[in-house]
Amino acid sequence: MSILVNKDTKVVVQGITGSEGTFHSEQMIEYGTNIVAGVTPGKGGDTVLDNIPVYNSVKEARDNHNVNASIIFVPPRFAAGAMIESIEAGIELIICISEGIPIRDMVKVKHMLENSNSRLIGPNCPGIITVDECKLGIMPGFICKKGNVGVISKSGTLTYEAIDQLVKNGLGQTTALGIGGDPIIGTDMIAALELFENDPETDGIVMIGEIGGQMENEAAQWAKDNVTKPIVGFIAGQTAPPGRRMGHAGAIVSGGDETAEAKNKILAECGISVARSVAEIGNKMKKSLTLKA
Amino acid sequence: MKIHEYQGKKILKSYGIPIQDGFVTDNNEDIESTIDRVAEEYNCSQFIVKAQIHAGGRGKGGGVKFCPDKSSAIESANNILGMNLVTPQTGEAGQKVRKIYITKAFDISHEYYIAITLDRSKNQDVIMASTEGGMDIEKVAEETPEKIIKVWVDPIEGLHDDQIKTLADGLGFRDDLFSQVSDLFKKLYKCYIQKDTTMLEINPLVKTEDNKVVALDSKFNFDGNAMFRHPDVNDMEDPFEVDETELEAGKFNLNYIKLDGNVGCMVNGAGLAMATMDIIKLSGGEPANFLDVGGAASVDTVKNGFKIILKDSNVKAILINIFGGIVRCDRVAKGVVQAVQELNLDVPVVVRLEGTNAIEAKEILENSEVKIIPATTMQDAADKVVDAALN
Repeated sequence: MSILVNKDTKVVVQGITGSEGTFHSEQMIEYGTNIVAGVTPGKGGDTVLDNIPVYNSVKEARDNHNVNASIIFVPPRFAAGAMIESIEAGIELIICISEGIPIRDMVKVKHMLENSNSRLIGPNCPGIITVDECKLGIMPGFICKKGNVGVISKSGTLTYEAIDQLVKNGLGQTTALGIGGDPIIGTDMIAALELFENDPETDGIVMIGEIGGQMENEAAQWAKDNVTKPIVGFIAGQTAPPGRRMGHAGAIVSGGDETAEAKNKILAECGISVARSVAEIGNKMKKSLTLKA
Repeated sequence: MKIHEYQGKKILKSYGIPIQDGFVTDNNEDIESTIDRVAEEYNCSQFIVKAQIHAGGRGKGGGVKFCPDKSSAIESANNILGMNLVTPQTGEAGQKVRKIYITKAFDISHEYYIAITLDRSKNQDVIMASTEGGMDIEKVAEETPEKIIKVWVDPIEGLHDDQIKTLADGLGFRDDLFSQVSDLFKKLYKCYIQKDTTMLEINPLVKTEDNKVVALDSKFNFDGNAMFRHPDVNDMEDPFEVDETELEAGKFNLNYIKLDGNVGCMVNGAGLAMATMDIIKLSGGEPANFLDVGGAASVDTVKNGFKIILKDSNVKAILINIFGGIVRCDRVAKGVVQAVQELNLDVPVVVRLEGTNAIEAKEILENSEVKIIPATTMQDAADKVVDAALN
């Protein structure tokens, strides 16, 4: 078991003929991901990489290959359209890697998602990886090791750092999920926590957040009543000056309880083991799991 | 992205929203003629002179002055134009006033607060209104939250009449003023949506002695990602409001923010960059900057990164922290060595490379002729760079 993706996931890549799309498709296939089709409007009928058929639309790809997941590598101004196309084609799981998407566009996408059966991960995220089964994203697969920890994170390279620390502490992962750092995202921390809580193979959860917004606080409150597995939390941005955007559109401190300090306090009050320093994530998880055993 | 008050008011005016209008000048020699134009165009003899900087709290710093006649307006305008304005939001360094906005003055009977922004958790827009305008609204929200009316708008459905009524009634408007303010809310929400605004604030919105509703100020935050749809707004950006080094970093596709410490850092990814700043602080140092070099850490990005960091003379040591995923660490290591050589760096550089080919990378760093301090974990790297900065 794992969450959301596994070896049976059949994937269509939107934007497969672009340089990013082609490069990462190749990497994903190398990891073992079952990519069955690509989509680039106007290039239907072509093939890419090792004979992967390209279609003009997601619907065509779905009709021909029974795909249940899509991953999006298209320029930001077309990304909302790409997500909506997948929603309308009834794709169960949509992962949007593209960054720089206008908030207004995401408001529309989010509204459509709420009235559909699709789940979106991202945008502006590294994707999702179920170790040794399926990688739908841009993360380096080789750093992961199969195990019993689920990882949820707003940030890309910080997720890799956490995975690396877990491995160095002798811990592997079930699934690692980058939810993205934008103000509006498809799958939030509460949804990700729920998935890991319900996954019998996951015994502990690492949750990595940032300054800005209320998501970590809401997730902590929810976890207090609903999650039985140990959680290690880390919030990046203790030294970030207020009012400044630190790279991620979401990482901006505007209110009192959006600071790292305030979030750490709320997380701790809700029973989450808080790593004050990034270097503590791995051993905190190890301790939490040892205590539980 | 932000713009000045006078630019924001121009946008409001284009939506038919009544504003306190005036003219802008950036030149002392044009002050008198600008005042004459305001007097003629808006039929007034009293003026307000307003410094045009992005930071709020301009009045508190002496950047906004009421002038009962032309001669006092000339005097205030000359004082404000070119001054270094320090407000609660500029920081101690302040901001040089390069433009002033001279507007008509009129008698105000009440000040209100209005703002629209996105409530991320509800995926809805929220309109906030209060009878306590002109004041520190955060204080109002904290001490008397009942004085702020909030209406959530479904962006797909748009703003309903009953929601407008809630706002207008809540502010105590009746009869003709009720229709004036209702019309204003409609236009304001339309402007907020159409211009890809992330925050639109009018503080204060005023009721004049002759019962007109007028926007006295404007504050816009735009979604930088949507500016391709609004080249006209994008052109309004004032380069003087952006830190020079941050602007230059942007040209290199580097995301840089200057801080006050002495330990420079260069990291790939925003989250890891923040975590690196944090661990420097926890290890007894003070970060000098935030610098995200993005996914591809090539020789050029590393070189440009060094150049940007070293513009800050406080920097006593630099930490490079790269988690090589798709990027191979041995390539990054070669880039770092080459950059250090070519730039002839004399500040100590601690390098921590993790991920693909990290072991090969460490060998390259250790065997290089240049003085680089290799590190293994983030804690090791932070300890070494703080130590290097102290000695």
